[in-house]
Amino acid sequence: MADEVTKVVDAKGLSCPMPVLLARRAVDEVEAGNVIRIEATDAGSKSDIPSWTRDMGYEMLESETEGPIYTFTIRKK
Amino acid sequence: MAEDKTPDKMTIIAFSGDLDKLWPTMILSSTGAAYGMDVTVFHTFWGLFPLVRDEVKITGDNAMTKMLSTMNPPGFQRAKLSKLNMGGAGKWMMRQLAGQHNVVPPEELFEMCLQMGVKIWPCQMTMDLLGIRADQMRPGLGEPAGAATALSEMSRSDIQLFI
Repeated sequence: MADEVTKVVDAKGLSCPMPVLLARRAVDEVEAGNVIRIEATDAGSKSDIPSWTRDMGYEMLESETEGPIYTFTIRKK
Repeated sequence: MAEDKTPDKMTIIAFSGDLDKLWPTMILSSTGAAYGMDVTVFHTFWGLFPLVRDEVKITGDNAMTKMLSTMNPPGFQRAKLSKLNMGGAGKWMMRQLAGQHNVVPPEELFEMCLQMGVKIWPCQMTMDLLGIRADQMRPGLGEPAGAATALSEMSRSDIQLFI
């Protein structure tokens, strides 16, 4: 069950600081070791989500941009 | 970054009651909480007025403080812009723009801050000075505090801001 996504956060259309706030809410709802996916369209989240992930000590498994949508896959530690 | 210590405490002195300053205060406070930081916001002087419930239109306990709140109406909804307010037109436009860009208004971020455990402390001295009573203020606030309490929090914080 290596990288099964436990929770998907839809922050599309929302501006700063909502993607990070919703990501925080999601990690609070899952166990350590679980994987969450965050989808955002706010261009600031391109740097915000990786910074937050690093500072929280979580692992960024995947970060991709598809058109206007940024998708981040993160493992909670 | 493993070599850096992640900040674990932030204290903000919310001095301004201007809409365009309340916004960053609430954005940084809620984001700090999302970081798991222990966040305290100490509201003083003009920063006290937004903490008054929107349905309380006038605060004050004498002619001067009542006149002050007439000229500087309390509540998040009545907060003005620090520049280009243009009798409220600028403030209205800013809120319209924020809505179009899905920027959450400060009063909603404030509620999220409370849900995320941010401590909101009103300044006791300014409450007395400006005639703002505890029963006129929003629920969920901490006990009114003084300068020493604020400084004590700041001295233990990794991040201190005056907005």
